[in-house]
Amino acid sequence: MIDDLITALGAEFVQLSLTPIVIGTLAAIACALPGNFLLLRRQALIGDAISHVVLPGIVAAFLVTGTITAVPMMIGAGAAAIVAVIMIEIVKRLGRVEPGAAMGLVFTTLFAAGVLFLEITDTSSVHIDVQHALLGNLESLIWFDAEGWGSLLDPAALATLPPQLPRLAVVLVGITLFIFLFWKELKISTFDAAFAGAIGIRPRALGFALVVATAVAAVAAFDAVGSIIVIAMFVCPPASARLMTNQLARQVGWSVIFATISAVLGYVFAGYGPGWFGSPYAVSAAGMIATVSGVILILTCLFGPQRKRTGQHAEA
Amino acid sequence: MSSAKLVAESGKILDVAAKDAPLTVRGLTVSYGNKPAVFSVDASIPAGSMTAIIGPNGAGKSTFLKGTLGVVPRLSGEVRIFGKLFEDARDRVAYVPQRASVDWDFPARVIDVVLMGLYGSVGLFRLWRARHRAQAMDCLKRVGMADFADRQIGQLSGGQQQRVFLARALAQNAEFYLLDEPFAGVDAATERAIVSVLKELKAEGRTVVCVHHDLSTVAEYFDRVLLINVRRIAEGPVDTTFTAENLQETYGGRLAATHIDELHLA
Repeated sequence: MIDDLITALGAEFVQLSLTPIVIGTLAAIACALPGNFLLLRRQALIGDAISHVVLPGIVAAFLVTGTITAVPMMIGAGAAAIVAVIMIEIVKRLGRVEPGAAMGLVFTTLFAAGVLFLEITDTSSVHIDVQHALLGNLESLIWFDAEGWGSLLDPAALATLPPQLPRLAVVLVGITLFIFLFWKELKISTFDAAFAGAIGIRPRALGFALVVATAVAAVAAFDAVGSIIVIAMFVCPPASARLMTNQLARQVGWSVIFATISAVLGYVFAGYGPGWFGSPYAVSAAGMIATVSGVILILTCLFGPQRKRTGQHAEA
Repeated sequence: MSSAKLVAESGKILDVAAKDAPLTVRGLTVSYGNKPAVFSVDASIPAGSMTAIIGPNGAGKSTFLKGTLGVVPRLSGEVRIFGKLFEDARDRVAYVPQRASVDWDFPARVIDVVLMGLYGSVGLFRLWRARHRAQAMDCLKRVGMADFADRQIGQLSGGQQQRVFLARALAQNAEFYLLDEPFAGVDAATERAIVSVLKELKAEGRTVVCVHHDLSTVAEYFDRVLLINVRRIAEGPVDTTFTAENLQETYGGRLAATHIDELHLA
């Protein structure tokens, strides 16, 4: 058993599993952090919307540039996210529909357009397809040049890390800084936008910054892990965390813990779980990570200490 | 008579006394979509007064408050707070939105909400510190909610929620308080507690404006009224302005004559 564990965490683990786990965790946390505020602002669907419109953005970027290198893809995805947010506002105002319906309408339309785009475009030579868009390619983000844990100290080996890892690390640092520096403003404007406006916080500008942070997280995570994880991580860890505590700072902390557990356990279950049941095949890591986050939500719904809070209102 | 009347007639110059008044509004128009909620309203609130904004549902009372503070965009009109633009007088003003306008299931304790009132004294990129907590506790004491400091806000009654909102406004230590329906859906004890705090504020020379619904308590709580029904109907001291005639005009047919009789107005 112990031997198994040592083998499991040996050189092969560093080469094949360490980077996907780290990337999955970074992506999960980067999405869960802004997800806390989206959830409390009843805007959770905006994360969903943004992660769907990334697909048409990427296809459009491919059509324009003819390559699938990272920078044009991310610009395309970011542009699509901005277009989607503007379209949601337009549909909301001109169509006079509620925000959730406007988001649902815009992102399904754009995602469907992306799928059509993809079908009529000759992308057979490159690796973009709907499957990839939904589930990413976490398992393929291996660290070829790693020879063991020692490679973590080897600059030459470190230089060959999958580029998604440093990219997501930078994005996560940026999002953490944003939330940390504007903590008071985010908290006050999320709770009481009118009061925030009166005391000089600009709730609309801050709301827009939050959507930008969401888009950045979605685009960076999408490339590595696909939109299924992105959507799940915007909602599940924050929703589970809300059931654990009645304080915002602790909720954010719990959401980070739940995102991490989802990513690590999800990856391990996907890669090794089928083997425990005698199956030689691994299942999709992205699917398993999203599933674990859903299971955590079910568990917190059943056992979370603050699950009963609504209905406890003592009305005057 | 009042400076507001002067403004309304000349449309230009404010008289000297009103220049640094807590609130001077000229031609304020706010619209949601194509329908104006507040149309060309003038108002002038003198320092140290306690004014009730009165009008039927949908008359634009809350919108008038929000419009003066720029919480909703103004279509037109000029607003001066202590003779300045609101942006330059922000720290002298405390605004209490309607209790029902926020989600009380938000993950926060009572003390966390009161601390929001100290935002201006914390500083950019910094967090609330022990001295802010002490100040917030003092404000909770003034509204009789000190024992609830660590209570989750979702567990409060409507009256307790309103007191927490008032404590947050007290924490702002402003000179001018604007409250949106502070007595809506609160218990009698809370109503008394809020009135006594507001009267304390007035006694300290501060200015109070409340959107108010209960016509039977206007004379008891306030010394001035501003009657609004999209347009301004009348403004002035309770004795001369809170009259049956003005109320009839403000409420149209919506106020029964017997109701007005019960108010025993001049």
